[in-house]
Amino acid sequence: MLAWTIYISFIGAAALLLLPRGSTTLARILALLTAIAGFAIALAAFLHHPTGEMQVITRVPWIPSLGIEYHLAADGISLTLALLTGIIAITGILFSWNIEERTKEFFAFYLLLIGAVYGVFLSYDLFVLFVFYEIVIIPKYFLIAIWGSTRREYGAMKLAIYSFVGSAMVLIGLIAAYVVAGSRTTALADLAHYPFSPHFQMLAFPLVFVGFAILAGLWPFHTWAPTGHVAAPTAASMLLAGVVMKLGAYGCLRVAMVLFPLGLGAWSHHVLGLGSWRDVFALLAVIGIIYGASVALVQNDFKFVIGYSSVSHMGFILLGLMTLNQIGIAGAVMQMVSHGLLAGLLFAVVGRMVYARTHTREFYLLGPMNLNKAIPFAAVTFVLAGMAAMGLPGFSGFVAELMILIGTWHAYPLLALLVGLGIVLGVVYVWRAMQKAFFAESRTAERPPHHPLPPITLPERIGAIILISASVLVGIYPQMLLNIILPALNSPLFEGLRKGSWQ
Amino acid sequence: MNATNYTQLLQLALPQVIIVVTALVVMAVDLVALRKRPFRIRFTVATTLASLGCAAAILRIVLVPAQANLFDGMLIANPLTHLVQVALLVLTIFTLLLSADSNFTEHIGEFVLLILVATAGMMFLVGTQDLLVIFISLELLSLSLYVLAAFNKRSAQSWEAALKYFLFGGMSAAFLLFGFSLLYGLSNSTSLTHIARSLHGPSLNPLLVIAIVTTAIGLGFKIAAAPFHFWAPDVYLGAPAPSAAFIASSSKVASFFIFFQVMALGFVGVEGTAAPPGLVRGWTPVLALMAALSMLLGNLVAIRQTSLRRLLAYSAIAHAGYMLLAIIGHTPQSLAALLYYVITYALSTLGAFAVIAVVEENRGSDELSHFAGLSRQAPVLSFSLAIFILSLAGIPPLAGFFGKFYLFVTIIQSTPKAASLLWLVVLAIAMSAVSLYYYLRVLKQVYVAPPADKATAFRSPVFTQILVLILAVAVIILGCAPNLILKWILAAVQASGL
Repeated sequence: MLAWTIYISFIGAAALLLLPRGSTTLARILALLTAIAGFAIALAAFLHHPTGEMQVITRVPWIPSLGIEYHLAADGISLTLALLTGIIAITGILFSWNIEERTKEFFAFYLLLIGAVYGVFLSYDLFVLFVFYEIVIIPKYFLIAIWGSTRREYGAMKLAIYSFVGSAMVLIGLIAAYVVAGSRTTALADLAHYPFSPHFQMLAFPLVFVGFAILAGLWPFHTWAPTGHVAAPTAASMLLAGVVMKLGAYGCLRVAMVLFPLGLGAWSHHVLGLGSWRDVFALLAVIGIIYGASVALVQNDFKFVIGYSSVSHMGFILLGLMTLNQIGIAGAVMQMVSHGLLAGLLFAVVGRMVYARTHTREFYLLGPMNLNKAIPFAAVTFVLAGMAAMGLPGFSGFVAELMILIGTWHAYPLLALLVGLGIVLGVVYVWRAMQKAFFAESRTAERPPHHPLPPITLPERIGAIILISASVLVGIYPQMLLNIILPALNSPLFEGLRKGSWQ
Repeated sequence: MNATNYTQLLQLALPQVIIVVTALVVMAVDLVALRKRPFRIRFTVATTLASLGCAAAILRIVLVPAQANLFDGMLIANPLTHLVQVALLVLTIFTLLLSADSNFTEHIGEFVLLILVATAGMMFLVGTQDLLVIFISLELLSLSLYVLAAFNKRSAQSWEAALKYFLFGGMSAAFLLFGFSLLYGLSNSTSLTHIARSLHGPSLNPLLVIAIVTTAIGLGFKIAAAPFHFWAPDVYLGAPAPSAAFIASSSKVASFFIFFQVMALGFVGVEGTAAPPGLVRGWTPVLALMAALSMLLGNLVAIRQTSLRRLLAYSAIAHAGYMLLAIIGHTPQSLAALLYYVITYALSTLGAFAVIAVVEENRGSDELSHFAGLSRQAPVLSFSLAIFILSLAGIPPLAGFFGKFYLFVTIIQSTPKAASLLWLVVLAIAMSAVSLYYYLRVLKQVYVAPPADKATAFRSPVFTQILVLILAVAVIILGCAPNLILKWILAAVQASGL
């Protein structure tokens, strides 16, 4: 049943293309219904599956001569992320209700992207996973290049090339692993239990990890992220930050770390004080956290602030993975959900609520507009989302960052201190953006604006409420997700990781 | 040689005979009955007749599959040759039907005749393991292609392209013949299997080295591998669209197949190795060099192109580089991978040229800027073009992706000590990441850029749209379910015992 999340999105995309010319409203409604159906299926699976263990959805031979199977399965991690995808898909459509130009095509590309994202999260065969992973590249290129804003063609091409280079690295690693393991199967579980030699794992792990981490915004390969986010239309930024970056992090965990656990082990000698790939990536993740936050602190473009904050938050996820303890990795998965919801919300506020009305994202222009009076709903939403992103208790960000911090404290006490600095910087840049965009001292306070800004529409309100309540729900009852994430981490799939270098 | 052998010969060559007879019939009908009719009708009748002839040949091959090896491999029939011949005939049918809408020439009968003669040449080419027959059928193919490239007599570009093609082709034929004559001198036989048997030896004869290099040059020219690619951009640009499509698709299939056969059958035992430490002399290092050069040059130069035809030409050079890897692998699996790759590649290229032809008809040129906003004026053609281009770029789930994946897997498998050819595969994958840039540039024009002028109507013939859509769907289906064709290929390769 869960496999229908994928098919229904693809069918929806095809149906949209067949609609007659000019049926804008119909296209929106059809897209929304498709997204809701996908979410409903994911939710039903989530509710029916309280234990979080691996559950096979479909398993049929695909290319028997190569041992490739069309194998979909879901464990707690997949389910959690599929649920996140459903939420982001629905709200993304609600926040793109104002797309008037080539509406059908917009939503068709959008649903194609959504379907492929579901596919990645549910694939349990490496070949299938890779196929879905690469399908993602094309629709996101078009979404940005056609409907984007600032330097859209540059941003779109940069994103596509970065993604493709990343997936090329992954492909090399996968082909090598497949052939070394005897070319009999591409099933994730079988390859995860194949005893690759430590030497091979030391080479393959960084290749595949970096290949995926490019899409997860690992510093210094993050540069596609700010430009891509800024260029993208609102819904595409929401998808990019909300789920596409998660694909990278998911791939790091599900493929790189599971296949090559020994690649995380210690080298025979130290280089610059670093003793393993794990140290290297943990350090890069922390640099990403602090660098992203510091750059966000000095931006004048509202959307760039959010774009760099994504880099910072994605650093938390990668750091959580590198702690290699249960609480850290579970925290990383929680952060995937949390950042998915909050980045989606922040981009929605900036891109849809503010930019689509004011046609500028520069703080010095936004300040005099008195936005907290003109569009109070946007101001309130941003304050709430900002608080959640800072990691205030009661929101999802708090739980996730706390878990990652505890995990880091066990693994890298020194880095944990630096992460604390990153969190403080996070508070500062959100505060600064909030203040400059919504609550700036207005010199022309009494004069009403020439064109009163159009009020916040109903779809925007619904979308914002969905995202905020999801974040609060996860924040006050994280057990809901942890109940299925933790059993998944204890499943046989992660055995190599637990035995090899788990602490 | 007795009489029964000759009847058998005729029976074996019946598909080719059908093609040649069809060619003559088409020519006669066009000359006698249709001389005064409008182009459209003449083209329709001629291509329909020719397609029927091809279909008859396919039926003959499929329904009466013969297994034979006449005169020491001069004429061979086995499941593998049948498979390749059917693929060639299907591609020819598509080429013919797609040319039905063009009007670049008045000599319609001659045009169709040449395509059919070239097809017959290709069918002989894939059905032989004898140097002489290889050379003769290669020349039959090449001479037809030279004329086809020059067929647009109104265009100086077409002339220039054909002249270049002819000069380079003549030179490469000389190289090939030289290599073949050395091989004959060394082995006293023209049969590939005999040659292979007599070449065994601990050290490499210097004459054999020359034979290897010249043969590789001669065949490398046919597949447009760097550095023997100079004709490709001009021919792709200058030749009339149906001829260019034919040169870029069918002739590639036949040439790659025979390249593989010559190398894998004729030079058994003198492979050498292309693995980095300790390069051993043999033919694989020669091909590895050609492959690496083709991948680098093709992909890097394609970035700068502004004409879609030239872009496809350089991408063809790059693809030749990828496909050469399969010959370097020279295992039965890598032959299967090569056939899957080259057939699906031919489908994509054929489709892309069909779209180019329609755009040229409407907007007068194949410059990338003339594709601006195509998606709003011709959604079906644009969608199909996107499928072809993305398949060439190797985006799943299209056929091009599985082709690359399977090709790379078989090459790494081919060396006993795994990963010694890894450097070639890494280069290929890295270069295909580069290629996405220029392929996306094409799609950017089609889907992103606004149409240049909305006033001019865009006429896309329904028949062409249907054919192009069929090709696009085939590319999608073969990509989503590679097993459909792969199981035939694998069975055929196994049955032929290559």
